[in-house]
Amino acid sequence: MKTDMQSVVVRFCGDSGDGMQLTGNMFSSLSAILGNEISTLPDFPAEIRAPQGTLGGVSGFQVHLGTGVYTPGDQADVIVAMNAAALKVCCLGSKFNHPGAKYVEADSMFKKDAIVIVDTDSFTDKDLEKALYKTDNPFVELGIPESVQIVPVAITTLTKESLKDSGMDNKSILKSRNMFALGIVCWLFNRPIDKAIEFLEGKFKKKPQLIAPNVKVLTDGFNYGNNLHLSISTVNIEKADDLPHGTYTSIAGNKATAWGLIAAAEKAGKRLFLGSYPITPATDIMQELAGRKDMGVMVVQAEDEIAGVCTAIGASFAGDLAATSTSGPGLSLKSEAIGLAVMAELPLVVIDVQRGGPSTGLPTKTEQTDLLQAIYGRNGECPAVVIAASTSANCFHFAYEAARIALENMTPVILLTDTYLANGTGLWRIPKMSELEPIHVAGVPQELKGKYNPALRDPETMIRYWATPGMEGFEHRNIGLERDAEKGSISTNPENHEKMILARKHKVEQVSNHIPELVVQGNKESDTLLVGWGSTEGHLHAAANILNCGLAHFNYIHPLPKNTQEVLSRYKRLVVCELNSGQFAAYLRSQMPHIHFEQYNEMMGQPFSVERIVENIKGTYKNSTF
Amino acid sequence: MEAQEFKSDQYVRFCPGCGDHAITMALQKAMAQIGVPRHQVAVISGIGCSSRMPHYINTYGFNTIHGRGAAIATGVKTSHPELTVWQMTGDGDCLAIGGNHFIHSIRRNVDLNICLFNNRIYGLTKGQYSPTSPKGFVSKSSPFGTVERPFIPAELVMGARGTFFARTLDVDMPTTVNCMVRANAHKGASVIECLVNCVIFNNGTHSWIADREQRADHSIVLEHGKPMIFGKNRDMGLVLDGWDLKAVKIGENGITEKDILVHDATTKDPTLHRKLALMGQPTEAGIQPDDLPVALGVIRDVEEETYDAAVNQQIEQVRQQSKAHCFDELTRSLEQWDM
Repeated sequence: MKTDMQSVVVRFCGDSGDGMQLTGNMFSSLSAILGNEISTLPDFPAEIRAPQGTLGGVSGFQVHLGTGVYTPGDQADVIVAMNAAALKVCCLGSKFNHPGAKYVEADSMFKKDAIVIVDTDSFTDKDLEKALYKTDNPFVELGIPESVQIVPVAITTLTKESLKDSGMDNKSILKSRNMFALGIVCWLFNRPIDKAIEFLEGKFKKKPQLIAPNVKVLTDGFNYGNNLHLSISTVNIEKADDLPHGTYTSIAGNKATAWGLIAAAEKAGKRLFLGSYPITPATDIMQELAGRKDMGVMVVQAEDEIAGVCTAIGASFAGDLAATSTSGPGLSLKSEAIGLAVMAELPLVVIDVQRGGPSTGLPTKTEQTDLLQAIYGRNGECPAVVIAASTSANCFHFAYEAARIALENMTPVILLTDTYLANGTGLWRIPKMSELEPIHVAGVPQELKGKYNPALRDPETMIRYWATPGMEGFEHRNIGLERDAEKGSISTNPENHEKMILARKHKVEQVSNHIPELVVQGNKESDTLLVGWGSTEGHLHAAANILNCGLAHFNYIHPLPKNTQEVLSRYKRLVVCELNSGQFAAYLRSQMPHIHFEQYNEMMGQPFSVERIVENIKGTYKNSTF
Repeated sequence: MEAQEFKSDQYVRFCPGCGDHAITMALQKAMAQIGVPRHQVAVISGIGCSSRMPHYINTYGFNTIHGRGAAIATGVKTSHPELTVWQMTGDGDCLAIGGNHFIHSIRRNVDLNICLFNNRIYGLTKGQYSPTSPKGFVSKSSPFGTVERPFIPAELVMGARGTFFARTLDVDMPTTVNCMVRANAHKGASVIECLVNCVIFNNGTHSWIADREQRADHSIVLEHGKPMIFGKNRDMGLVLDGWDLKAVKIGENGITEKDILVHDATTKDPTLHRKLALMGQPTEAGIQPDDLPVALGVIRDVEEETYDAAVNQQIEQVRQQSKAHCFDELTRSLEQWDM
């Protein structure tokens, strides 16, 4: 392993009670503070508390730090394994429960020249038995190659030793093991210990009694690496220097989404209302907003998904910026009500944090399989705007955009994110309210007082005028039934129905006048263009760099940016890469039938592997789809 | 204000002879009596005959989708508590497809005035049995008689910890208007079960009490603070016999008016309210329990904190205690660094 690296991937893994998410988050934030770009991937089991020490209870947190960081990394350079089960899961990857499986680099979570730090105290016979080892030598049994550098550290014993005079009970002492591991990793990557201590003090501000023991263990872990000269060299990671200057934080996608809505509401001068129902992996959005009453946010935790969207539609009818947050199964339940918002032409933001489907599917895993449901999944001719975030941090921007487009165009907007973006974190440059794009909320001219009806539109934009209860002289009845294009009352007239279908379609299509054009990233002159949308941007960007080809990545999906066809027509070979069986490819073909699209698809509930994309596009991968 | 002001320009499309005509007129009268200006009123409905109502009332209105009126009304009222919100619904819309939203809006005690039109049939889909059709009821979807047990709406309301329940009859305009005015005065979810006749698919379903001849003997209009007296000759009354209600004749067996129960709609314990509301409720087709009169009027009217008020108060409270009031201030709470 080199001592200077552009970027490095670290994975912390242990039992779900070992505090791996906290450790990983702290290390990531610390690295970001020290000037590294970061991208993180928490990977936790579906069970809240699986039996301790078992394979099903392994919780992992991967972070990629350095410069040119676009993804959390395919495989780790450094692994911290807090127990025998964690070592097995990391070593074998998806094959961890195959009897007799051995290390294969393509399957493993770590590279063949990785550093693996293990807590030797967690490899007793009982631990090995719980993790279903057959022999008493896990390293040989797993076939870990000699090129992997195993660093055995008695983390548990050393933590107990560190806190023996603290007066803490044994259980609390054991909970601090993760800090010892963090100390070693901080030493390994030359993170200054005082910075880490400062950070820890901030983290435990509300529980001051925990500061001293955690600082002690962290420091002892750091010094252990330093003094005992662990037989590995420390690593310097390059600082990011091409980032725009500004104030940064690290933020998870769901939080960024929630904050995007808060910012949009303030900009639009509207109160933010969220009607929602708990569902993995979207719940954090509701929880974040429920805690933001200081910003005046109103959250109704509804009795079901349908009531979630319906309370939001009620609030929208009454004049709020209204949103509902959900995941795939919830989007299915909300379909009819989204149709009502389309028909009633009310602004509404629907956030779908996609997860593995269909049905209950893989609730904690990531997938891009709700795309066609979002575009088409409603009865009748029912167009809505569909956009997608592509990094954890830009969830903020696209939530803001969803609100802007909804309020300006009197339409529901579906924002697609996914588990990967929602739980992952990235660097976010904190914007000022004054930098954010203005939001011109649809309204109604005063001249229409006494003459208003809900079918009246702005003659130029064809966007419906919005009058809300409480406005005197604008009383009206809105409906989910078809309305007369002039009078606004119920109509079953055949010509009127067609006219209204076209009016709603036109209204959504004209949104393309108010969104940015498509820009190709990477090598624009290449014959090959990777095409993607949503959360795969980082992986595709990294793959395009390696392949020296272009990337057309979409955040605006329905409608597409105006120059889409013109841009795509320039390339000889277009490969649509997505985490589904080809939904965006099918959509693009329907929009541009004369263009030939190839596809590359993965459906394993995991983000792309950059390496697999590259090998597939080159046609050298053993399971190549071409 | 005049009832006329609340009439919209839309032609009322209920079938001739339908009980919904009477409820429409009663609502317009009640709104005039209540006196809230039209622009401060929103009438929300789902789907069904009753849900056409918003089109005929000249206020803000929203005729939405089947069963979801309660959820949409909850959104309107919670976000804008200054509005007076009415929900129009029927036995199918409210108790079948919308049952979940109904019980939860009651549980939360959202300040809604809910008119539940009960004709014990699906009218708009042309004659299928509903959740309130008695067992054995023959309809297009139950040609051999339904084998299902029905809901009694009052029982559901009280089971969901409802704070207001009234019952009225399409042909009894004064009681209907009075129930609506009282429902509006009550802060919280106010349910008015409006017994309406479907002249096409379930004609005469409420004839036991709707027929003018029998009404006085078969029903009792409850009034808070007044003795529970009924009958053509106002000589019948209700007393407690052990745990049960019993109808007695004043002047017989030494019973005087003093022995008759006095109605207390405001007592928190719903036991007696429930017993009153269950009187004379048919659950099997063709069998009318005839020992006790059907209760009309305001049966339960209890004050408790409303959801909409509580939600808004909590936001106000947190805002006052918070240091951050806008996005730029909020971002300062983040761990941050310059790069």
